[in-house]
Amino acid sequence: MIEVQNLTKKYGSHLAVDDISFSVKEGEILGFLGPNGAGKSTTMNILTGYLSGTSGQVRINGFDILENPNEAKASIGYLPELPPLYQDMTVKEYLDFVYDLKKCTLPRQQHLAEICKLIKIDNVYDRLIKNLSKGYRQRVGLAQALVGNPPVLILDEPTVGLDPSQIIEIRSLIKSLGKHHTVILSSHILSEVEAVCDRIIIINSGKLVANGTTAELAETYSKDHRIIIRVAGPEKEVKSVLATIANVEKITANGEKEPGVYEFIISPNAGADIRRDIFSRLADREWPILALKTNELSLEEIFVSLTQSDAAMSSKEGDDE
Amino acid sequence: MSAILKRELRAFFTSPIAYLVIAVLFVISGYYFYLANLEFGYTSMTYVFSALFTYACFLVLPILTMRLFSDEKRQKTDQILLTSPVSLTSIVLGKFFAAFLVYLIGISITLIQGMVIALVTTPEWLTIFANYLGLALYGGMVIAAGLLFSCLTESQLVAALITFAFELIITSITYLETVFADHPWVITVIEFLSVSARYNTFSAGTIHYDDILFFLSMQALLLFIAVRFLDRKRWN
Repeated sequence: MIEVQNLTKKYGSHLAVDDISFSVKEGEILGFLGPNGAGKSTTMNILTGYLSGTSGQVRINGFDILENPNEAKASIGYLPELPPLYQDMTVKEYLDFVYDLKKCTLPRQQHLAEICKLIKIDNVYDRLIKNLSKGYRQRVGLAQALVGNPPVLILDEPTVGLDPSQIIEIRSLIKSLGKHHTVILSSHILSEVEAVCDRIIIINSGKLVANGTTAELAETYSKDHRIIIRVAGPEKEVKSVLATIANVEKITANGEKEPGVYEFIISPNAGADIRRDIFSRLADREWPILALKTNELSLEEIFVSLTQSDAAMSSKEGDDE
Repeated sequence: MSAILKRELRAFFTSPIAYLVIAVLFVISGYYFYLANLEFGYTSMTYVFSALFTYACFLVLPILTMRLFSDEKRQKTDQILLTSPVSLTSIVLGKFFAAFLVYLIGISITLIQGMVIALVTTPEWLTIFANYLGLALYGGMVIAAGLLFSCLTESQLVAALITFAFELIITSITYLETVFADHPWVITVIEFLSVSARYNTFSAGTIHYDDILFFLSMQALLLFIAVRFLDRKRWN
């Protein structure tokens, strides 16, 4: 649905986007992560045709954004970082204008009413946009992106300025939109991306540094695969039983944590999943496992490790901004 | 284009700008019409038109065009225009025609004044139409220029001032002819560009095709540059 190949954008000598390639399949929700100034908004502006890349190719719904701009743009609903709202219009006038601008063919009244109901802005329908609160403006911006029911939605920080209950509403809305639309969503809020998105892309100083599901990223970027378990059973015997499991590299007893419950830290050999073996061996001896957790990185930790090491590197190269 | 045109017209008429512009044109032409035609009994509307050309349009046109693109950029609303399935040309034309229409409404008061004269005697309709045409063509060119200048800056004031300077230059360039008296080719260029000389043929009641062509092609050129400029900006 969305294909980006070797996209590069230069501002003078500054590389804002550096040779990014990725694709988004139909019905997929892609999370776009990166620190401030990483090139998220620039990339989204290029995808939507607001800016042009210095080199590289962008295809939306099969249409090249430079060669068939009108067809490509007609497939996209775009919510920029700042919702592009005309302050002197009412919500109704504004959505009517967007409807005309996008040359929609859906039944006007019904289509706009549906969107307003979905986004919950029907109660401010006749109010001037300049008198709306930030949360409502954000919603009107989102409503605007949905006009014409485009197959691709590109949303730049859609939940900024909303209160917590609104954030939850909009998130579940985006998730439900993802069933029939292809969505790219950028955000600073990692838990949001984790909750809503099927796949995550992390970019840093214009480069793509990670691309995969949360689980894949955790798998790839966690250096530490230790397993921590708590077992109700005699410490020394449990340890000796655990030591018989294949692919166990090292076991450390961590002492008694609750009465009669001991904690162990097990380091498996690289790539081996020994959780099933641990369970069956201990079950044989009827020593219940009260807790088992892996020490894999959360998205937050992955994000920090990927973006900080690179930032340190690029600052050494004397890269500005 | 019609969506942009409609929105621009609405923006003109929900803000004071359209009313201000039309009021200035009405008041100035009305004042001269009252003095010259009603009070002193001239049947010619020369005074009205020359007042409109020298004072009114000078003041009004930069105000009419200053907002067109600068405000879109300041409010980031250009993002919705440039990411919608509409060509840059139709965006530029939509905005141009909206401003031009407001201007036409303003100067059309002269046609009503012509009808008032017709109540008493037969006015020189041909001269009135020639003047009206000249005013419309001149205004169209300045609006195209003002639209281009409003693409260059986020500040409405700066856009208005550049448009004002543009008007000053194109109407006073003809005075340079005396300076370059020994350089015939410079004089040819100045004569070609001299907007006031071309306008004067209209105000004398004569219509030359080459003058119409000059104003229309200047208009087209300025609008074309505006389109190219907006396109160019995406690449930088």
